[in-house]
Amino acid sequence: MTNILLNKTVGIVAGVAAIGMLASAPAMAKVEGDTITLGSAISFTGKYSTNGIHASNGYNLAVRMINAAGGVKVGGKSYKLAVKYYDDESTPARGAQLAERLIKQDGIKFMLGPYSSGLTKAIAPVTEKFKIPMVEAEGASRSLFTQGYKYIFAVLSTSEQYLASSIALAAEIAKKNGKKPGDVKVAMAFENDPFSLDVRAGVVDDIKKHGMKIVIDDKLPRDLSDMSSTLTKVRAVKPDLLVISGHSKGAATAARQIKEMKIKVPLIAMTHCEAAKVISKFGDSTNGFLCPTQWSETMSYKDNLFGTAGEFDAKVKSTYEGYRNVPYQLAQAAAAVMVWKDALERANSFDIAKVRQALSDTDMKTFYGNIKFSAAGNNIAKPMALRQIQKGKLNVVFPARWATNEVDWPRK
Amino acid sequence: MDNISLLTMAPVLNVQLLVDGLLIGAIFALVAYGLALVWGVTNVKNLAQGDFVMMGGYIAYAMTLAGIHPFLALPVAIVLMFAFGWLIYKTVIYRVVDKDLFTSLLATFGIAIVVQQLLNLIFGPEVKIAESGFGIGEYLDGGLTVSNIKVIAFFLALALALVVVLFMKKSRMGQAIRATSQNARAARIMGIDTDKVYAITFALNAAICGAAGVLISMIWVIQPYFGTSYSIRAFVIVTAAGLGNLPGVIMAGLGLGALEQFGSFILGAEFQQAIVVGLLLVILVIRQIQQSRHRQVVK
Repeated sequence: MTNILLNKTVGIVAGVAAIGMLASAPAMAKVEGDTITLGSAISFTGKYSTNGIHASNGYNLAVRMINAAGGVKVGGKSYKLAVKYYDDESTPARGAQLAERLIKQDGIKFMLGPYSSGLTKAIAPVTEKFKIPMVEAEGASRSLFTQGYKYIFAVLSTSEQYLASSIALAAEIAKKNGKKPGDVKVAMAFENDPFSLDVRAGVVDDIKKHGMKIVIDDKLPRDLSDMSSTLTKVRAVKPDLLVISGHSKGAATAARQIKEMKIKVPLIAMTHCEAAKVISKFGDSTNGFLCPTQWSETMSYKDNLFGTAGEFDAKVKSTYEGYRNVPYQLAQAAAAVMVWKDALERANSFDIAKVRQALSDTDMKTFYGNIKFSAAGNNIAKPMALRQIQKGKLNVVFPARWATNEVDWPRK
Repeated sequence: MDNISLLTMAPVLNVQLLVDGLLIGAIFALVAYGLALVWGVTNVKNLAQGDFVMMGGYIAYAMTLAGIHPFLALPVAIVLMFAFGWLIYKTVIYRVVDKDLFTSLLATFGIAIVVQQLLNLIFGPEVKIAESGFGIGEYLDGGLTVSNIKVIAFFLALALALVVVLFMKKSRMGQAIRATSQNARAARIMGIDTDKVYAITFALNAAICGAAGVLISMIWVIQPYFGTSYSIRAFVIVTAAGLGNLPGVIMAGLGLGALEQFGSFILGAEFQQAIVVGLLLVILVIRQIQQSRHRQVVK
């Protein structure tokens, strides 16, 4: 009996010692031999897993392309890129833990972001604490850039820009029809969560700028599965523009009930049309919906690595199976890796202060769009675009510079 | 208050809200009836009620993936969920039937979490729908639109409730269930296998939830974590109507559906669920005050 107990104790002690040794083993340095290792905690499981995997595919593709094209040149030497991943299980607390582990244990000095604003918000304080720069591609919340963070750089447009362009479009259409933008009536339905409220803030700013009237301002509950009362109101007050943001559940619910209640509004804009697959689910009734996008393969951006946006699109489809449409989440992740290559080469050093400075001086053109960071770290060189569902296809209609098609107005 | 004047200026809006509310309310009532059944017979307050509803919805969704019309999922969901309910009873619930309130609450809460996570693992976190493709009816010069599936679901929910009532009144098992709910000990003395009665009751409830879930998937949207709101609604209805009061459950269900619609129209959509929870609070206070001494039984 005592023997067994003793054995057990010894076993436990040995186990603890082994773990301890693992932990104190020489940390994998950020640059080892000819490899620069970037680190990322990303969602391979849990509720963000779909987009987490898109993002990691984007990171991996860019790494592969950069390595094939000769790698990153620092101090006259070519380095290969690699990414060390941990699965954050879509939980912020775990993400923060893993970021700390990447930095402290694995010695990562250059971070890539996680997926979603929530996870980025959890990780940013950690990278900030250790003064480790992070280029992130998937956290759009504008609250990330109001904290005075110095080490976060985001390649994507922030959330308040998502639907603001629909207001500009409505104003333009009003003028074209000889009306004043001030006569435009806007109905708003936004989920009561940080992302959608950011989107709403941007919309409200632009509504004020144009002097438009807000006729409905509903906040949708988190577990939203019915918005028929909001739509009944829409039918009664007949707005010129209906703006909806509530992740994919909002888009799916709205699309279903707009169809069922035969809601006729000349312009309808909503986020997450693609994630909710509204076209395949609700068919013709979704024609005319405006959907914001960070990026579209039809845009005329290009760079030396991937070529044009269209070529990037083709590259993804030939590399990974199962992509009929390439999500922008994947494209912007690839762009984040390109930012790292560019900044490291310009810094021409692995000194963190120099690299951070190089990051903040970034001014580059990529297939994903132009990238230039504000002092707060968000990308100010790339606008959001609006795509409209036209005969079951998403075509860029706004801003005019990227438009491939005229906007259908009024819808249907 | 602009919204109230809208309602008075355009009376047809009231009709739309009322119809939407009543049609969905029937499904709430169905779920609540299942809850009352289990509550009354086994004294287990099933916090996983709404998650069983979601499971039914996902059965319908899975069948649409296989190219089968979601409507045909109704019998499939009933059978599968009955089996699932039986299994859950035999593995978990029978251990907590005669334990105190918190044990059964914890157990069913645990089941709810497991179900949510499993659904999330299998189907992912995005909302899903099952399209019935049954068309949309337009009435009152386009002032009132109702998708036909809602009407069908309404009558189906009522028919299902009727079937369950007949089963309880007429069948041997139904009588045994009622006997057990009145006095389990006496029923046991009379030779009723109460353990079997409990198992059947729990399985029957899961089947009812499954059917409700199929209807929900064709009307609203389903998502692994949306079950909780149905659990809360069911609790509100049962606490308002009482355990043994089927007409009360139906009326409370319909009323809750309509109240949600009007409430969210007038106060804004953000209050749709706040209304439900607020109502639960009010009912609990009133119940506490007029707490009656008479025993409640399933009829």
